[in-house]
Amino acid sequence: MILDGKCPTGPIETTWDRHRFESKLVNPSNKRKFKILCVGTGLAGGAAAASLGELGYNVHAFCYQDSARRAHSIAAQGGINAAKNYPNDGDSIYRLFYDTIKGGDFRAREADVWRLAQVSNNIIDQCVAQGVPFARDYAGYLDNRSFGGAQVSRTFYARGQTGQQLLLGAYSALCRQVKAKTVTLHERREMLDLVVVDGVAKGITCRNMVTGEIESHWGDAVILATGGYVNVFYLSTNAMGCSVTAAWKAARKGAYMANPCYTQIHPTCIPQSGEHQSKLTLMSESLRNDGRCWVPKKKEDCDKPAGSIPEEDRDYYLERKYPSFGNLAPRDIASRAAKEQCDDERGVGPGKRGVYLDYQSAIDRVGEDTIRERYGNLFEMYEKITDENAYKQPMRIYPAPHYAMGGLWVDYNCMSNVPGLFVLGEANFSVHGANRLGASALMQGLADGYFVIPYTIAGYLATVKPGEITAEHPEFKKSADEVKGTIDKMLSINGKKTPAELHRELGKVMWENVGMARSDSSLKAALKMIPEIREEFWNNVKVTGKNGEFNQQLENAGRLADFLEFAEILTKDALNREESCGGHFRVEHQTDDGEAMRNDEDFCYVAAWEFKGNGVEPEMHKEPLKFENIKLAVRSYK
Amino acid sequence: MNLTLNVWRQNGAGDKGRMEQYQAKNVSPDSSFLEMLDEVNEELIREGKEPIAFDHDCREGICGMCSQVINGKPHGGQDRTTVCQLHMRSFKDGDAIFIEPWRAKAFPVLRDLAVDRNALDRIMEAGGYTSCHTGGVADGNALLIGKPEADYAMDAAECIGCGACVAGCLNSSAMLFTSAKVAQLATLPQGKVEAAKRVKSMTAELKAQGFGNCTNHYECQASCPKGIDVKFIATLNREYIKALVK
Repeated sequence: MILDGKCPTGPIETTWDRHRFESKLVNPSNKRKFKILCVGTGLAGGAAAASLGELGYNVHAFCYQDSARRAHSIAAQGGINAAKNYPNDGDSIYRLFYDTIKGGDFRAREADVWRLAQVSNNIIDQCVAQGVPFARDYAGYLDNRSFGGAQVSRTFYARGQTGQQLLLGAYSALCRQVKAKTVTLHERREMLDLVVVDGVAKGITCRNMVTGEIESHWGDAVILATGGYVNVFYLSTNAMGCSVTAAWKAARKGAYMANPCYTQIHPTCIPQSGEHQSKLTLMSESLRNDGRCWVPKKKEDCDKPAGSIPEEDRDYYLERKYPSFGNLAPRDIASRAAKEQCDDERGVGPGKRGVYLDYQSAIDRVGEDTIRERYGNLFEMYEKITDENAYKQPMRIYPAPHYAMGGLWVDYNCMSNVPGLFVLGEANFSVHGANRLGASALMQGLADGYFVIPYTIAGYLATVKPGEITAEHPEFKKSADEVKGTIDKMLSINGKKTPAELHRELGKVMWENVGMARSDSSLKAALKMIPEIREEFWNNVKVTGKNGEFNQQLENAGRLADFLEFAEILTKDALNREESCGGHFRVEHQTDDGEAMRNDEDFCYVAAWEFKGNGVEPEMHKEPLKFENIKLAVRSYK
Repeated sequence: MNLTLNVWRQNGAGDKGRMEQYQAKNVSPDSSFLEMLDEVNEELIREGKEPIAFDHDCREGICGMCSQVINGKPHGGQDRTTVCQLHMRSFKDGDAIFIEPWRAKAFPVLRDLAVDRNALDRIMEAGGYTSCHTGGVADGNALLIGKPEADYAMDAAECIGCGACVAGCLNSSAMLFTSAKVAQLATLPQGKVEAAKRVKSMTAELKAQGFGNCTNHYECQASCPKGIDVKFIATLNREYIKALVK
């Protein structure tokens, strides 16, 4: 089936404005009759719930954390992009649009990206009004810094905690609506099923993580803003609770999963130190503003202290390979370059999987105090984890899974192929193509939540009779029974392996075979191993305790069960995509100097997968990508 | 290294709770405190015992979910460090470690080391925001904010809402938490308009939720993993007095 993204046509500059005008509206006095369920309270979900509540809808928001303030958006460090052009350095909405399309390696929709660039400026204004303490200069104006993949300074920031401050802004707005009784919060709830009635999303089934109660919630529309899935690699920069579960439950009910093979491996993370490791820690990309990446030129120097290696024996490989972007090359390119150096046995640190990120020349240029002011908290965090002082010796970094560009398929209205199911932020696939640029995730989350969904959801709700289907409908009981059945099954296996052990096994398979470099044979090997681990899970997992209590092992097991199904679709997508683009690198498809080689003739499309059950081939639906404003070109940062 | 852990176990709010002893063996000094507990839990599961429940999520010191009193100190007492960022190299082989949940009337225990901190959300709902609408706001640069004011607001805004200030306070007061939000918003021009209403309503809610009063012991600042300064409590007090005479 050929999918239609329902993108407006005509001059790109007017697409969003025309679409807003042409969309249906819901009368102010009718809004309160509509109940909207919003799952996830990060930047996208929090902003959506607050904005829809303010409009007068009856909103119910759900999160698995103990408070809506803790979603993993909070961990974003560096900043948020906007096309304000405050520094007068040549930025514009068109340039942000262009950079994002190019950064995504020409695998995103033009209309969606244009809208994102257009509303980016509103986001900054909105956050300032909420009291987000963005960095200011001495005259009182907003300050900017640079990020990868751009030659302008368009990134707004709040020290090294921009995600935290933006999320607390959205959470504040949410608190205001809770007080106004337009939003009801349901914390410590995990969504375990999407309830679909006659092909339309009408509610969710979730587990109360304190009491174990299985709850049915009905809604006239369901919004998923449940983040990304890179914990499929076990070790990633995501929070421990991040999972594919909510999105995967929707996929099991018919929602298509688009481009799942587009995963972002972030170049600047602290290398793994041992088997005990439970997660990897990101060091903000903003560090590459002043830090220089290098490895020793000679293999025999790799064990020497960094300071003893003379300048002429260092290989500043990013500056050498990409002179015009240098250390600010986009993430996919910087990650692959780091891997290349380590594969060439010039890596540093334990296990030789690391490269240096060196501040010495920046400290010599602007002084240690300035560097401390810019990145102090990051240096502190680095020292806590590694026991090393990065003012005195270079940091060691290595790439780690960080973000999912792929996600549930949505049309221009952010609605999935299941009517009534909307997907926002990282959970959808729409704007980042095959690679996301730095400081663009915060931008997308807030754009979707504050400025897109309030308009597009009205167009849908105007066609629905409010409260027509409630939790009395038999589909809700059926869904709750299925959820209980799955939980009982997991608890009854009483095998030998813990969920963490099996998750680690899955992660190893995924990282080694479906990670930064993928080949026909590695992907086929993974497709053999994933079902074996899944089989072992359902026969040999040990989940302690019972359902009717606070049971973290049960939560972990449930999330792993979904990863074990999803991993297969991710791998199949990677196998199907016989080209290299952005974060998806197929070793068979590269240029002589190791750069990604796209195949626009055969793969300029979105691959949206329909899950049909384990052991059954999923069906791929294509949405062709059209480029009418930006010419398809080889992405060069040289 | 090998350690003896004394851990608070409590099966729900109705249970009385007790300390139980476990051995943590072959702990890597490079692992974090929570990774050490992960290993202990894996061992407990293999032995067919109930693992220790504890709250955690981002494991990079920013989400505010982790919450343990270690050897009598919230987050273990290391300067500006959450439990998840506490590393085992700061302990010695053979150490006995005591691990307890946040203890406060307003934070009922859910299980073992996990507590219910939603009382802090209720304080935020009482006024921890500016009443701006989505859309229709002025350009970000239309409002000039001096760097010192922006920095002061940011210092306060760094609070992660973990509740260590409450756990460390002998009165179980949430004054540092509340003052951080009051000070952030009262310092910025965007928040000044509602400052008086905000400080009255947030402090009233603080009392209603069962938190105690501040008696200037500054244990909150010592416990805070983000180093939030008690000067913000002074800001709150000043804002409160200003609001009373208005």
